[in-house]
Amino acid sequence: MTSGEPLLQVRELVQEFAVGDRGGIRGSRGGTVQAVTGVSFDVWPGETLGIVGETGSGKSTLARSILQAPRPKSGAVVFRGTDLVTLSGLRLLQARRHLQMVFQDPFGSLDPKWRVRDLVAEPLIAYRVGSRDGRRRRVDEVLELVGLDPAAHGGRRPRELSGGQAQRVAIARAVALSPALIICDEAVSSLDVLIQAQVLSLFERLRAELGLSYLFIAHDLALVKQVSDRVAVMYLGKLCEVGPGEVVYRQPLHPYTRALLDSIPSPDPAAARSRADGHGVRVARVISGEPPSPIHPPSGCRFRTRCPRAAELCAEQAPPMRELATGHSVACHFPLADVARTTARSEERIGETKR
Amino acid sequence: MSDHLLDVEDLKVTFPARGKELRAVDGVTYTVHAGRTLAIVGESGSGKTVSCRAVVGLLPPSAVVTGSARFQGTQLIGLSDDRMREYRGADIAMVFQDPARSLNPTMRIGSQIAEAVRAHRHVTKPEAREQVIELLRLVRMPVPERRYFEYPHQLSGGMRQRVMIAIALACRPKLLIADEATTALDVTTQAQIMELLLDLQADLGMALMLISHDLGLAASYADEVIVMYAGRIVEQAPAMRLFTRVRMPYTQALFEAIPRLERPAHSPLPVIGGRPPDLAALPAGCSFAPRCRRAQDDCVAEAPPLAEHEPGHRWACWHPCESVEAP
Repeated sequence: MTSGEPLLQVRELVQEFAVGDRGGIRGSRGGTVQAVTGVSFDVWPGETLGIVGETGSGKSTLARSILQAPRPKSGAVVFRGTDLVTLSGLRLLQARRHLQMVFQDPFGSLDPKWRVRDLVAEPLIAYRVGSRDGRRRRVDEVLELVGLDPAAHGGRRPRELSGGQAQRVAIARAVALSPALIICDEAVSSLDVLIQAQVLSLFERLRAELGLSYLFIAHDLALVKQVSDRVAVMYLGKLCEVGPGEVVYRQPLHPYTRALLDSIPSPDPAAARSRADGHGVRVARVISGEPPSPIHPPSGCRFRTRCPRAAELCAEQAPPMRELATGHSVACHFPLADVARTTARSEERIGETKR
Repeated sequence: MSDHLLDVEDLKVTFPARGKELRAVDGVTYTVHAGRTLAIVGESGSGKTVSCRAVVGLLPPSAVVTGSARFQGTQLIGLSDDRMREYRGADIAMVFQDPARSLNPTMRIGSQIAEAVRAHRHVTKPEAREQVIELLRLVRMPVPERRYFEYPHQLSGGMRQRVMIAIALACRPKLLIADEATTALDVTTQAQIMELLLDLQADLGMALMLISHDLGLAASYADEVIVMYAGRIVEQAPAMRLFTRVRMPYTQALFEAIPRLERPAHSPLPVIGGRPPDLAALPAGCSFAPRCRRAQDDCVAEAPPLAEHEPGHRWACWHPCESVEAP
């Protein structure tokens, strides 16, 4: 599967926003929000890369920066061999044709006055694909592909659809131009769990049938793992850990990943707690504190203010991303797994700080 | 049966909708025991929120509520607004999903909590202030003396939800209803707030009702779980029992649809087609029948009643799933 060139190469991507002084109330001075800081990763053809992060981790900003909307502050986004950052105007538009996006709220991203058929035809018209008849056939084809009946649903407006159906329309719009990569930003997060399962299996079917790659962004680690070949964990604008989903879940290396895993409520009560008399002792280890402000991120490792393993070194140096096992990288001075090699390195580093 | 705090019986809520009658809650019966945690789980439109709001009189005037809801013997349904206010916010408190919308953006949080304290008790301003600081400490707000003077926008979502809980606890309620109280929060913050709620419950001896769409959350934190579908209770059991011996196919479908970390990547998700029925045109039979794998002719003909088939385990299904003993 991972042969030849990566489909998407993101290198040292940085995105920052200036926030003004809101005035009036104490403590709200202006500054620069460091939304995404030096993020690098690859997406291979046919692969799904999941990105997990909490509110404010910069995962949505990352998605938009890849699409050059808005353009990142620095870094490279090489999609199918071309760096999108260097392109503009028509050439950017053409390069982006094979890079589509599905958002969280379909009702917010679909024009309420348009009919389903016209909504799905819009990207085809924008890129002047085919004749009028050709486009009509393509719309029917795509609607059927996402599990909608062109005759029954084609003439409806978004408000006449359920949440799941509206999200299918958004997906139909994304696949109409036969993209190579679809970025899904919390694409199933607002759906009820049974509808969520329907839409997730639609994504999986399209991946198999159309050979799609996904960048699947969500806050739900279990959900991301379900659909992803590899998982990247993001915290306060930086990647903490990247690796195969199964490995990251079984042997997380970053303390933040561990904390995320521990916070997920398990549907199996026996796994979630041990019970004595009905009021059981819960096993879940709760992480303390709150994510710091992205305007004034902590020095060194950004997770150190909440990390149980933080040492002096963590405040002094930002940990670089290093590959500790094949395909499994972590940005942490004191990673969790007690691999002999890892321990040796950590001790070496502790020695350095003492000096 | 002295530990019955709230007894809800045959509660029905209908809304008029375009000449038709929308049956949001269709005959719901349950009991909340003092000091225990009851979770009500269901998808959007299952009636979980409406049934709770009906109990505390927070529905729009157009809603028609029938049935009974006795709180320590007092009938709450049909109570005048004035009388209801003696209970709501005092003995029964609620925490909602969106703390940003429940808080007044132009008021310091200290004053907002003080308002709740003074609404039900006659205390002087300095006394109220002392109680507010105490409440902020109770919900583990860092530096409560400083937070007192801050505005909602200066707090994070998790901290705002702590303020909402402080307001809810102002009168030391016997029952706290948390309606999707952690849904808008991140998973690490959600864990913090749930731990806080359960610790407070143990310390203050209050009963907790968790209204949630998240079966995983219910499983982790509740003593007893009620599953609702299309306005009715379809299954009810102690949390441990429900999750090892699911009987209602709908509950089973909910379980299977939850993404699980244990499942390998790209493994096929068991998918249930269709969507919940139109509440204005409910089918005669079981409302889950059109989507149910186990449905037979009798399911469409007549709705199965909710009955206690096994001790402590109620379900409404003609053809329940096999009971699998826990390994």
